Amino acid sequence: MAIVFQKPSTLTDAPMHYCPGCTHGIVHRLVAQALEELGVEGKAVGVASVGCSVMCYDYFTCDMVQAPHGRAQAVATGLKRARPDNVIFTYQGDGDLAAIGTAETVHAATRGENITVIFINNAIYGMTGGQMAPTSLPGQITQTTPYGRDTNTAGYPVRVCEMLSTLSGVAFAQRVTVDNVKNVNIARKAIKKAFQNQIEGKGYSIVEVLSTCPTNWGLSPVEALKWLEDNMIPYYPLGVYKDVEEGVKK
Amino acid sequence: MKVLMKGNEALAEAAIRAGCHHFFGYPITPQTELAAYMSKRMPQVNGTYLQAESEIAAINMVLGASSAGVRAMTSSSSPGVSLKGEGISYMAGSDLPAVIINVQRGGPGLGGIQPSQADYWQATKATGHGDFQILVFAPSTVQEMVDLISHAFDTADKYRMPAMILADGMLGQMMEPVELPEEGSANLPEKEWAAKGHGGKRAHNIINSLYLTPEKLEQLVKERFERYETVKRNEQMAEEYLTEDADVVLVAYGASSRVARSAVNKAREKGLKVGLVRPITLWPFPTDALNRAASHAKNFLVVEMSMGQMVDDVKLAIDCKVPVHFYGRTGGMIPTPADVLAQIEALL
Repeated sequence: MAIVFQKPSTLTDAPMHYCPGCTHGIVHRLVAQALEELGVEGKAVGVASVGCSVMCYDYFTCDMVQAPHGRAQAVATGLKRARPDNVIFTYQGDGDLAAIGTAETVHAATRGENITVIFINNAIYGMTGGQMAPTSLPGQITQTTPYGRDTNTAGYPVRVCEMLSTLSGVAFAQRVTVDNVKNVNIARKAIKKAFQNQIEGKGYSIVEVLSTCPTNWGLSPVEALKWLEDNMIPYYPLGVYKDVEEGVKK
Repeated sequence: MKVLMKGNEALAEAAIRAGCHHFFGYPITPQTELAAYMSKRMPQVNGTYLQAESEIAAINMVLGASSAGVRAMTSSSSPGVSLKGEGISYMAGSDLPAVIINVQRGGPGLGGIQPSQADYWQATKATGHGDFQILVFAPSTVQEMVDLISHAFDTADKYRMPAMILADGMLGQMMEPVELPEEGSANLPEKEWAAKGHGGKRAHNIINSLYLTPEKLEQLVKERFERYETVKRNEQMAEEYLTEDADVVLVAYGASSRVARSAVNKAREKGLKVGLVRPITLWPFPTDALNRAASHAKNFLVVEMSMGQMVDDVKLAIDCKVPVHFYGRTGGMIPTPADVLAQIEALL
């Protein structure tokens, strides 16, 4: 019988700890697939950040480093500067990348560090049980915005791709999601391109993946995907925000 | 051939000659010249000088470079070292070697920019959160800064733990003649544990400090503390100066030990039996040298440029066998040999 579909060789057999319906698993697969297709697993080093994906060092078969909260891109900078021929990626959530690690993110981007950043935006702190994230939507109810995010006191969500695409050091910024097969395919291509850019020395590439957190959103997996489509995509439009290769700059 | 160098620049050049080609820093007085020197020299050796966006980013770049298996360093001064505490704790928890320079200034808070030794507690007890120690070396001359840098890298690699050079604004800013090691003389160990790409030849390496199972975390911390016991046995360094017959033994490190040495010499000129134990490693603390002196001394006098942060360690090291007194200045003030001599005479 012909094998038509299988797990990438770049994912371990460790059972993932993610909640049912969480999209981390899909994104892990897409990252692993990119490493496999590009043949760079042997020289890849991933940086796990603090948040739900902290234990992704157990899931990818490449060498891995676990960074302090928010510091993944500083750690990636050290790894890349030490061994420029290695393929370095970070895998970070919204709290890590856009709150506690904002300075590390902005400055790695503006330096044009030749790294690949995978950014999971699910509009909430998952690991600590559902607090307001820098990307939580106006009015969104979380554990720490029980009356809904009030922009008068809690400010506005950060649009990371829009912000980073203004920086000269950024080669590629695309926002994708994984809510259906079509979008998973778009995400797969974006992630592969973000790695390809690094291999070709093009500079900083970030793929923001709008993701679900059914557990902390208090929704079923199917309802969570619907909520993402109805609420997150309008605030965080999908698309390519910057691509120096194609001359795209929104 | 000896050359005349400023302490901060000598530290930088010696680090490069110790095989450190990756430096990540952030500007702060009074260590400024160190980073500036690195920015000039690193391109000449095909190394990396990177001015980070903060001390936090700088120490985490060191964490990344060290994870990749290269020798990496950062330098700062007191307020900046507080920011590095997070990264130092993670490196200790991940068994990563690195060298961190603290050219101390007065504190707390923004404090001042004059020389100080007020970060002793931070360096030896609480660089960051959690159960861990780092190696702490305290040079007292520019030559010793040069010598201790390569020793710090070697020792950090040997035990897989961070090492700190605890200097101060006086040592960083002063110029003295130094003999530098040959370029390319460093002995760089192979690091099988590094995250540098497995090349399909081995299982993946994971650099990590997270252990959610308490039994596992306790076991790893205990193993680390067993390693610390080896460090305590093997790596203590101290200079014993005129201690054999001393009634009063001064204990001082770094800049204040230079003042203490002058006071000892003045006391000897007066026929007073005074000596000096100068800790060179602050962790591990040189308990052996202190106990040798305590076996016959009548009084110890600790001299520091702080409010007496080392005093308790001296008392514990010698089990309070002899009275331990203290004289110090702080906030950037430097004690004079005459001040210290007056304290000695009061004890005799």
